[in-house]
Amino acid sequence: MIAAFTLDRRQVLLGGGALIVGFSLRGAAAQEAASPAKRPGSLATTPYLDSWIRIDADGRITVFTGKAELGQGIKTALQQIAAEELDVSFEAVELVTADTKRTANEGYTSGSHSMQDSGTAIRHAAAQARELLIAQAAQRLNQPADSLRAENGAVIAPDGTRLGYGELIAADILHVEAQPSSKLKDPASFKVMGRPIPRVDIPAKVTGGAAYVQDMRLPGMLHARIVRPPSYGATLTDVDGAAIEKMPGVVKVVRNGNFLAVVAEKEFQAIKAMLALAAAAKWQEHPQLPAERGVRELLTNLPSRDMTILNVSDPSVSGLRSIEATYTRPYQAHGSIGPSCAVAQLVDGAMTVWSHTQGVYPDRQAIAEMLQLASDSVRVIHVEGSGCYGHNGADDAAADAALIASLIPGRPIRVQWMREQEHAWEPFGPAMLTQAKASLDAEGRIADWHFEVWSNTHSMRPGGAGCLLAAQHKAEPVAEPAPKPLPLPEGGGDRNAIPIYAFPNAKVVHHFISQMPLRISAMRSLGAYHNVFSIESFMDELAALAGKDPVEFRLAHLKDQRARDVVQKAAEAFGWAQDQKPPAGRGYGFAFARYKNLAAYCAIASEIEVISDTGRARLVRAVAAVDAGQIVNPNGLINQIEGAIVQSSSWTLYESVTFDDTRITSIDWQTYPILRFSAVPDTIDVHLIDRPGEPFLGSGETAQGPAAASIANAVTNAIGKRLRDLPLTRQRIRAAIEA
Amino acid sequence: MMSLKINGQDHQVDAEPDTPLLYVLRDDIKLNAAKYGCGLGQCGACTVIVDGNAVFSCVTPILLLKDKEITTLEGLGTIEKPAPIQRAFMAEQSAQCGYCIPGMMMRAQALLQRNPNPTDQQIRAELAPHLCRCGTHMRILRAVHRAAEMMTRADAGDQGGTL
Ligand code: FES
Ligand code: FES
Repeated sequence: MIAAFTLDRRQVLLGGGALIVGFSLRGAAAQEAASPAKRPGSLATTPYLDSWIRIDADGRITVFTGKAELGQGIKTALQQIAAEELDVSFEAVELVTADTKRTANEGYTSGSHSMQDSGTAIRHAAAQARELLIAQAAQRLNQPADSLRAENGAVIAPDGTRLGYGELIAADILHVEAQPSSKLKDPASFKVMGRPIPRVDIPAKVTGGAAYVQDMRLPGMLHARIVRPPSYGATLTDVDGAAIEKMPGVVKVVRNGNFLAVVAEKEFQAIKAMLALAAAAKWQEHPQLPAERGVRELLTNLPSRDMTILNVSDPSVSGLRSIEATYTRPYQAHGSIGPSCAVAQLVDGAMTVWSHTQGVYPDRQAIAEMLQLASDSVRVIHVEGSGCYGHNGADDAAADAALIASLIPGRPIRVQWMREQEHAWEPFGPAMLTQAKASLDAEGRIADWHFEVWSNTHSMRPGGAGCLLAAQHKAEPVAEPAPKPLPLPEGGGDRNAIPIYAFPNAKVVHHFISQMPLRISAMRSLGAYHNVFSIESFMDELAALAGKDPVEFRLAHLKDQRARDVVQKAAEAFGWAQDQKPPAGRGYGFAFARYKNLAAYCAIASEIEVISDTGRARLVRAVAAVDAGQIVNPNGLINQIEGAIVQSSSWTLYESVTFDDTRITSIDWQTYPILRFSAVPDTIDVHLIDRPGEPFLGSGETAQGPAAASIANAVTNAIGKRLRDLPLTRQRIRAAIEA
Repeated sequence: MMSLKINGQDHQVDAEPDTPLLYVLRDDIKLNAAKYGCGLGQCGACTVIVDGNAVFSCVTPILLLKDKEITTLEGLGTIEKPAPIQRAFMAEQSAQCGYCIPGMMMRAQALLQRNPNPTDQQIRAELAPHLCRCGTHMRILRAVHRAAEMMTRADAGDQGGTL
């Protein structure tokens, strides 16, 4: 049961004019009394308006979101939404993000959910707050509410009388549960939403302001470094910490089972001591990794639970010519540029953790369980880190800091991982295998579609202390929980495995593999990256078999008008033509998906250049068309799509985690190469299709799959051969050219 | 004790001589812009300017920096009075998470001080040592072009540099 967090009215009143407020747990009773009609977005679980919006007596407006800024610009977008529906200026709103003491529990900031969950909740809460303020003014002025209007932080009567929001709020009128529907503003009247308002976080980031958890410096803060085991499952057999504790600045060597760390006054002292401690530590390692086995062999040899997730048939249609293909994706790394970091402090039995976690509430619960503290003795506050693109080392670093802080009460402990640790210990995006088989009817349309996907789960997020490295490594380890498939319609390994195209006969099977030879978890777009790569590669293979243009062929199977619109827009903006002929050494490719089949639509056309001597491929030009519903900040949305295309091109052309039978061997940027400026495209054009009045559709991950497939299709177009194993490295392309 | 000249000011630093500049900047001088990314000279997040050249502060021990002019992003301008390159990055909204950005800006600044009119190819080649995981590259390139324009215009005012 998720408990509703609401403002405690007495605490509000105690604060007097300054309105010092805190949150208190009201329990679930209020929630159970909720009306049966579902409230929009996260209002469904946190219904009180004052959990989202607070207006002080002096008119100051604070908006609370349980979501976190990850560099995706969510703060700016949410502030725009609140300002718009409250009828105040953008600058008038102060936004508070994920903090277990102050904001609603909105779970994880992931899956392109922030706009759908929090954006929707804030929009409705703001609209309802505005209407309550108008109703309050109507009562005070003894005038009908519909004769009044809200403008710039005040309610205004026809005679020009103004009542500021601060004056009206005194009655604590926002401490009510939200209604299921709201009087939302007409998009035609928007002043703040739909505009490219500059991101609020950028000025500090480009001038050296304190912008990240890495930049926190609390009074008395100590620096800690972890000495991780050299490999999964290694056990610490011997270490002499005494000599290390005598090193300059060293405060403490921490050993708890296989958890080994050092704490020092200054950061570089901690690093030197970490190196000495690592040299002193003796580990027993266990060769247990499936080295030298390709993804195909690895995944098909692990036991799986098999689920048919789509089965439609129309016996009146049958195919004549069929083809099949197998596609693979290796383990891939999030590879944040800034290794994970956290600060933790234990004061009077209460632990505070500052973390770039994607889920402050789940992380709090996991840390409390690890430390055997009551969860209300732990507070987790989100502070930005380097971009994470899913579940990286953030939660683990938070647990590291908390475990160490629990041993040194009073002193804030800052932990930052080393590059090698982030690369070796982050939970990777899982390897995947897909098999596709389809047949065409006499007209060259797809009559029959069969698709199978083999994958681990795509989330091992906490989820309990057992998901945290520190809890797994300490003397009394907490067992890792059993992995679970993520449920459809969003899915995990099967995300986007169900085709969006209309096929008369179709079967899709998800082979869920519970054994996880490598540590894995959520990476931007989860299974959608590989499933869309596979489906959209296979659509091109089928188009070729049918002798049809790839764009035409997709449109012939696509009923959803919004899907057709992005496909047509991307094709047109790219200059796609049925009889197009790329110059020598170049290729054109196209791909489309609707993320999760329920979020934003994205079509991408790509131009690739392949150097045939080396096999090196470069994305030269990409043109994307995106429909994310009602657009809140067009520039922010374009930034996300541009970034997703560039990032996906790096995954697709270069990246795979490597390992021997014991250790992860891709442990830095030399052994795990990613895209560099020399390979950056000449141009990326993003075209947005705005849908005023339509719901927000999550867009942060929508381009990952289409970008990959459009690149693969363009490579095929350039070299006349199909590559089905990711990444499309120059060695593989070279081998295909020579074959 | 060692004396370092950072952003035009002399600092007495109590750190061992093998300490990489990055940790002195962050831990002793309490500057934020230079970031730890790899500590290996592989990503560029820690880049600062030393005597006009972009260097990786994570692999530059302070013992090599006696009598050198060290400039960090903080030394170019402030949030109230941003330097052209800072204004350019704001204008182009050239950040997602932004973690890589200060390092990129310092290398670009060093380039523009040397060559006020670089070609697109020259900018790309110059930034080759720098990694960005968010895929902000297109905007970073646009911002560097914009900064070049701003700095060559007569009205650009402060060029950025030691305050
Ligand atoms: S932190 Fe210095 S190059 Fe990466
Ligand atoms: S903006 Fe995030 S790493 Fe470059």
